[in-house]
This record gives sequence, structure tokens and C-alpha cells, in this order.
Amino acid sequence: MKPTNNQIKLFTPATIGLLLVIIFGAYTVLMRFKMGDIHTNMQDDFPWGIWIGFNVLGGVAMAGGGFVTASAVYLLNMKKYKPIARPAILTAFIGYLLAASSIMIDIGHPLRVWHPVVMWQIQSVMFIVAIHVLLYTTVLALESSPMFLEKLKLDGLKTIVEKIMVGIALFGTLLSVLHQSSLGAVYLIVPYKLHTLWYSSILPFSFLVSAVMMGLCMVSFLMILSSRFFKCSLNMDILTGLARGALVTAAFYLLVKTYILLSGPGLSAAFAGSMESRMYLLEMSVGVLIPLFLLLLPGIRNSLAGILLVDILVICGVIINRLNVSIFGMLRQAEEMGVQYSPNGNEIIISLFMVAVGALLYKLAVKYFNVLSYEDV
Amino acid sequence: MEASFLVDMTKCIGCRGCQIACKQWNGNKTDKTKMGPKFTNPVKLNAKTYTNIDFFESVNGDKLTYDFARNGCFHCKKPACVSACPVSALVKTKEGSVIYRAERCIGCRYCMLGCPFNIPKFEWGTVFPKIQKCTFCHDRLLENKIPACAKTCPSGTIHFADGIENNLKEARRRLSENPGKYFNHIYGEKEVGGTSVLLLSSVPLDQIGYQKVGDAVIPDLTWKYIGGIPAVIGMVLAAGIGSWVITRRNKNMDKEDNS
Repeated sequence: MKPTNNQIKLFTPATIGLLLVIIFGAYTVLMRFKMGDIHTNMQDDFPWGIWIGFNVLGGVAMAGGGFVTASAVYLLNMKKYKPIARPAILTAFIGYLLAASSIMIDIGHPLRVWHPVVMWQIQSVMFIVAIHVLLYTTVLALESSPMFLEKLKLDGLKTIVEKIMVGIALFGTLLSVLHQSSLGAVYLIVPYKLHTLWYSSILPFSFLVSAVMMGLCMVSFLMILSSRFFKCSLNMDILTGLARGALVTAAFYLLVKTYILLSGPGLSAAFAGSMESRMYLLEMSVGVLIPLFLLLLPGIRNSLAGILLVDILVICGVIINRLNVSIFGMLRQAEEMGVQYSPNGNEIIISLFMVAVGALLYKLAVKYFNVLSYEDV
Repeated sequence: MEASFLVDMTKCIGCRGCQIACKQWNGNKTDKTKMGPKFTNPVKLNAKTYTNIDFFESVNGDKLTYDFARNGCFHCKKPACVSACPVSALVKTKEGSVIYRAERCIGCRYCMLGCPFNIPKFEWGTVFPKIQKCTFCHDRLLENKIPACAKTCPSGTIHFADGIENNLKEARRRLSENPGKYFNHIYGEKEVGGTSVLLLSSVPLDQIGYQKVGDAVIPDLTWKYIGGIPAVIGMVLAAGIGSWVITRRNKNMDKEDNS
């Protein structure tokens, strides 16, 4: 059953909710650019807040599904997953656009955002991150271009893009591996600020593995949501496959996290009873241990409700991990400097605005382009 | 010239002359002062205060004694902020100072995150914000003048020398000639791989607000990752092309089987 434009209503209660968030958020964004800087709770001893921690780190991790799916379909030739290539890559594209927009809102000189491209400073992880955001967003635009090109009836161009898709996908995979890990590498610079539960020399690797795990669950989550909201058919075979992939990745991620814990502060630090240890246990149980346990049960792995539950747990768990690294794990150091941080209204509304814009863009793309009902030869 | 300070907190009298000289030379506006539990004012460094004297009050028997601490940039030999900056807005000069080139800055604030001493400050709430930090009076160094704070200091607390080695020698001399006077540690000799500003104090330095940091050179920590990127590129390309070739061959064989 293919969803058609008629079947997807433009205005539903959920969409109206999104629009309300977008209107409030757009006003705040405008004020931020008009006044230079709206009031936020970011400050000298706590320079990065939830725009980086949630929107950029969380958003990019969510987009991990794009490169995982693209490499499965185009490099490993796993035909089974072809139907999810378009939604997965589109989601990643939207995710990266929003992460890039969040960076534009966050930095002090948005008009100079191009500076890293010409002022190379290869010692800087931030430079590596900036170049990868730029290149990978371009790659995602190319990867998702066929669905726009076919709508514009530019078949010649579409054929060209599809011919070189394997090359694009390979380049995209390379950029993703580097970008996901470099976001972890950003925090290698804070050995005395980030709590030892998270600081580790293999933080880049841990970010990469968790992004793969989250990417698989994000794609699966979106497929289930799409079937619910857009009434398209659901391929249980694909979902089970994704769940199996998530199981393997989660098991490996558990090993990585265990290594970080044991080579760092030791097992007892996780049960120290401090705020950090509680956040750590929350992250580990929600994002790794419970999903892993559930996925080991074939009954869960083969049931829609079970997979949906695991997806939500993993997505929340990885977001908590990113917040732990960027905010909760840094609070103790800030406290020693005599400051505290929690996001204020302006920061929260802009963060939610980004999520709402992403959801709306996805919905519009599904309505007007051939995203979900795409069936290739 | 390679500028270096030896800051001997046992000599400090808490006059805050250095704070005033710094503000005057750099044209930084004054701060609203605040009554607080401590005499420190301004309470913290900020975008218009590059240096301040921190007052630590303690009761010794029936006497009130003060320990002072000088806050400001340490001008690390291998600065984390310089390695953090994606556009080389921050550079370590051959004169020894870490300076900021505003026209390059994109305002990402990674330098603030990276600095183990939280020195770079941001002009929050302005339309075209800059990072602000002590420049070691780089403009004065270029004219062979010593930095304003050292020039002003009436008690000899801030001792300027050309070359870190000279100040290290002087610090060691003071430590060996005055047993018992100092806490036996030269802060900045080994911290984060060595800094251009060295500190002596009569009390353990973490008691007067200095960050406990290790000896690891912070830019080396991130370079371990960046230096590994070529290898990662090689591995991903090899794995990607390899798997594509194999799966493609399988596909072709499938087709042949079907036909």
C-alpha cells in the first residue's frame, strides 16, 4: 500500500503542535540575530550549552542511520534494505542541516562560518569537525537528490547521480566515520574538566559506535512512526534485521563502555552515588543494558511493540550520553569555578524549534516526494 | 625576546596595582565592584578584566592573615586554546605571548572549553562578540617594554625575565635559599607541559584557587586523534571498496545462476 498525497493530510493536530513550536522558535531565532545575543545561561566558565550538547551532538548521532544504511545498500549490496535507503538518508540530511543551523545560531560570528574552509588549522579538532559538516552535508544532498530530481523531471541528471552513487556512498561513509568520531575527539581537550566516567582516549571510537547503534534504531523508529502516521506498509523483515544489527552494535558498545570504565575510574565510580554516577547508570541502563537484554529475547526482536520500545530506549540513552559528555560531566568543574548551568527558556525553545523543523521537513518531504514508496529494480 | 613571569605570591601585598595598570594599558572598562565574602574585586576574570588578585583570608590564632593569588593567562608553551582554534585566531608568538586575532574568530568558544585555566573570556550579549584574554602586553613586548602589570608591581611580586629558563633558575634559587618559606613547587614548570608564567607560593597552590592539572601537553591529546585520520581513511576506503567488489561479484554470479 503506497501512501499518496491525498492520504497524508497537511494539517493534523501533531503538525499544528509543531507549527506552534516553530512560530515561537522562529521569533527567538530572529531576536538572537537581531540583538546579536539573546540571554542564555551559557557563560565564561560554561561556554557550551544544550545547542551543542543536544542539537549538534544528539542530532549528528541521530543522523548515523544515513551512512549505515547507505553503506549497507550501496557498498554491501544488501538489497533487502533498499526501501529504507531514501528515508534513512533523507533523515540524515535533515539532521545535518539542523545541526549546521544550530551551530550558526550558537557561534558568535555566523557570517564568518566559512572561515575554517580557507584558514586551515589542522591541529584543531574543531577544524576537522567544520570541514566534515560541510562535506558530509553536501554528500547527503547528493545522496538524497534523486528523489528531488525525479520530481523536477531532470532524469538525465538523476541517471548521472545514480551512476556514481556507489562512489558518493563510499565517500559519505568515510566522512561519517570521521565526523562521528571527531565529535568525540572534541572532548579529548578537556582531561581536567570532563568527569572521568566519560573522559577517555577512546571517546572518539565510543561516539562512532554509539552513533551506529543509534542510527540503526533511529531508522527503525522512523519506519514504525511513518507506518503509523503516513499509513504506509511496514516490512517486518527489515525491522528485525535492523534490530539484529542494533543487538550486535549494542553488545560491542557495551564492551567499549566497559573498557572506558575499567581503564578509567573503575567500577566503583559508577556506584559512587554522586550526580555523575547516577547519570552514568541512567545512560547505561536506558541506552545499553536494558535494550541489550530485550534484544536478546527473540520474542521482543520479532514484535513491533518490542522493537519500538528498544528504539526509544536506545535513542534516549545515546542522547543522555551526549548530554552527559557535554553538560552533566562538566558541571562539577564549573561548580569549582563557582558557576552552575541549566538551559534557560531561550535555549530550550530554540532546541525544540530545531526538532520541530526537522519533523515538519520530513513530513513535507514524505508528502511531496517519493520517499517511502520508493521501490527500485 | 621570549617573555616570562616569575610570580612570587609571598611578596604580594594585595594592592591591585597590576589590575589597574592592565586595565589602563589595554583600555578595558571598569567593572562594577561587589561586596562579597572575599576582598577579591572584580570577583572573577571576565572579558574586560584580564588579571586580578584573589584574596584568601584565614585566621591564624588571633591574627588575620591573607594569601594572595594572581589570576591571568599562563601563556602555555603549547597552548590548548591555540590548538583548539579552527581558524588560527589564537596564536603563540615567538615573543612567548598567546594573542588573539579578532578578525579571524568565528565565535565557536572551543578555546574557552579547551583552556585548562578557563582564561579566554567571551563578550556575551554583544552583536560582534570577541574573545578577550591577557596578551602578555604583546604590543609592549614588541617595543622591548615589559608588560604593564610587571612594570607597575611595587613589591616585586611579578618578576619579568627574557627566557623561561632564567625565571626557572631564579625560582629554584629562591626555593633553596629560603627553606620553609615556600610551598616546594614551581607551578608552571611542568604543568600542561610548561608555561611562560611561573608561580611560587607559601601555601599549596590548589588552596589558593589554582587548577590541579597534570603534566600532559593538551594539544598532544587531540593530535593523537587527528594524526590517526590518514590511517582511518585508508582503512575505510579499503574496507568499502573491498566489500563493494566482493558483493558485486556475488551479484554478478547470482545473475549468471539465474540466467
